[in-house]
Amino acid sequence: MSVLLSRETRVVVQGITGHQGTVHARQMRQFGTNVVAGVTPGKGGTTVEEVPVFDSVREAVGATRANASCIFVPAPYAKDALLEAVDAGIRLVVIVTEHIPFHDMLVMYHYARAHGARIIGPNCPGIASPGVAKVGIIPNVVFRPGRVGVISRSGTLTYEIVNGITEHGLGQSTCIGLGGDPVVGTSFVDALPLFQDDPDTDLVVVVGEIGGTAEEDAAEYIRTKFTKPVVAYIAGRSAPPGKRMGHAGAIISRGRGTAETKLAALQAAGAQVARFPYEIPGQVAEIVARGARR
Amino acid sequence: MVKLAEWRGKEVFRKYAIPLPKGAVARSADEAEGLVRNGTVPLPCVIKAQVLAGGRGKGGAVRFAATAAEARTAAEAILGLEFKGERVKELLLEEKLPLSGELYLSVTLDRSARLPVLIASRRGGVEIESVDDTEIDRQYVDPFPGLTAFEKRRVAKVFGLSGGAAKSLDKLLDAVWRVFQEEDAELVEINPLARVGDGLVALDAKVIIEDDANFRHPEFADIRDDRTPLEEIAREKEIAFVQLDGNIGVIANGAGLTMATLDVLKEFGGNPGVFLDLGGTDDPRKVTEAFLLMAQAKPKAVFLNIFGGVTRCDTVATGLVEAMRQVPASDRFPLVARIRGNNEKEGVEILRAAGITSIPQLKESAQAVVAAAAGGPP
Repeated sequence: MSVLLSRETRVVVQGITGHQGTVHARQMRQFGTNVVAGVTPGKGGTTVEEVPVFDSVREAVGATRANASCIFVPAPYAKDALLEAVDAGIRLVVIVTEHIPFHDMLVMYHYARAHGARIIGPNCPGIASPGVAKVGIIPNVVFRPGRVGVISRSGTLTYEIVNGITEHGLGQSTCIGLGGDPVVGTSFVDALPLFQDDPDTDLVVVVGEIGGTAEEDAAEYIRTKFTKPVVAYIAGRSAPPGKRMGHAGAIISRGRGTAETKLAALQAAGAQVARFPYEIPGQVAEIVARGARR
Repeated sequence: MVKLAEWRGKEVFRKYAIPLPKGAVARSADEAEGLVRNGTVPLPCVIKAQVLAGGRGKGGAVRFAATAAEARTAAEAILGLEFKGERVKELLLEEKLPLSGELYLSVTLDRSARLPVLIASRRGGVEIESVDDTEIDRQYVDPFPGLTAFEKRRVAKVFGLSGGAAKSLDKLLDAVWRVFQEEDAELVEINPLARVGDGLVALDAKVIIEDDANFRHPEFADIRDDRTPLEEIAREKEIAFVQLDGNIGVIANGAGLTMATLDVLKEFGGNPGVFLDLGGTDDPRKVTEAFLLMAQAKPKAVFLNIFGGVTRCDTVATGLVEAMRQVPASDRFPLVARIRGNNEKEGVEILRAAGITSIPQLKESAQAVVAAAAGGPP
């Protein structure tokens, strides 16, 4: 079992004829994902990586019963792509595209929510359950099936940490990369209940960053409702306030969203705090050895 | 993030018919005096430094004048002033209006709620951070219906406005909401919003535009006030580049990994100074450009820390080897490389052939670069 994905997940790749779309459609298939369709307006009737391409999501869903989408289309067109997917009945959409204006994302998020659809991202590596499926771009090589859940706001740092867990001889149930943008479809607080309810997840690694208050919100959830052990790491402890570190989410403004406030909140909530990424696998292994009970 | 200077913010406000004092921009004392003498700016007037930092009033960057001569003296005093690290090059001269009250109004994004939030307070004219929370009203505005009549009535009540003044507010709020949405603003703030008779006038304007929406706002493309020259070049090449005080250069991919690298270097006594986030690329030329840019920042040592996903290790290795060939001997720096992830084997092999060793573990590689920056062998 796993979170959000299953053997029944059938993926349509929006923007499959673009370079990234093609590369990652192939890698998703190599991971064992059931990629059933691609969509690029005007390219209907062709195939990419043996996957049939359609002009619209509605046609793709009609022909293949696709039930999840992975969006690679450029930022100016991403809003339309998401609205189209939700309108066609897709209820799980991973948006890999970066630099989507947050005003667009506000509309996308609230539209999806009103229709009971879940967005992961944007600007995110997506979701993967080893042995089940992957929707997104996390490198296949870092995974190994197991019972550790991973929820992260980062991209490559997620790969680094998942890889570390794998090299330590452990594996993952599901890994969700939430994305680091100011407005995300799925936050820590949205993702944690999924792992709470997943019988195949024993503990969860939370990877946060400076900026915003998503980790503080997560801490409150962990304190009051989450019963599985948590290992938490926050990147950017030494980042200076007011400097944007790479993407829009990662900025300390007006003294809010510092690593200290986040770490203190998580620690107070009972999470075990890692100071560096390479401390995580050892801490996870210790919890596993103790029988994964907090 | 494009922070607009007050006068630029007001140019935006003007497009949406938000009431403003009569005023004009001057770049010299002569010009300031002339604007008053020819009646463009009525007397008495206020002369304000056009800097991005707040607290101008207390900091001597805002002055008043009752005559053209006084306006000149004030302009001379403010121009060239160094205000919180920013040199004053522009002034905004505006008529001084007879106010009967100062209010606070802003719209921004609440990330946790994933909704715009409209913030109003009767305590305008001071920094909002210093106002007690009980005197600040916050209400979420759903982007679908947009700003509604009941939400506007709530602001009127907060401000204590009725009759003609409430009507003025109604129009003003619609305009502010439109600025927020149509200009892709992260923040629209009016502080103070002045009561002048039954009208409301924006005495200040703080507008921050979101970078990611640049594709539909070419008009803001040339406004880049708070970047160093190298940061500017990096921006043009679509490389995220941050310059701090320090002597270790970091080239990584992804914000999270970049920040984690910074944390680890600090732990081992390193002092990272330049961060270059390659983002996702599979173009070796971009990697080469990144290294050449890094060389210009004259780091003591450089740490390449890549976890390949979209960015493949062999791409990075190829770009790096090419950069090392191009960097002039005078700009050479000790390099520690760590490349992991997609196509790791191929990448490591390319580096090995060029005499560069990739250290697989983060801790060991970070220690190596700190040692190299301190003058030891990498």
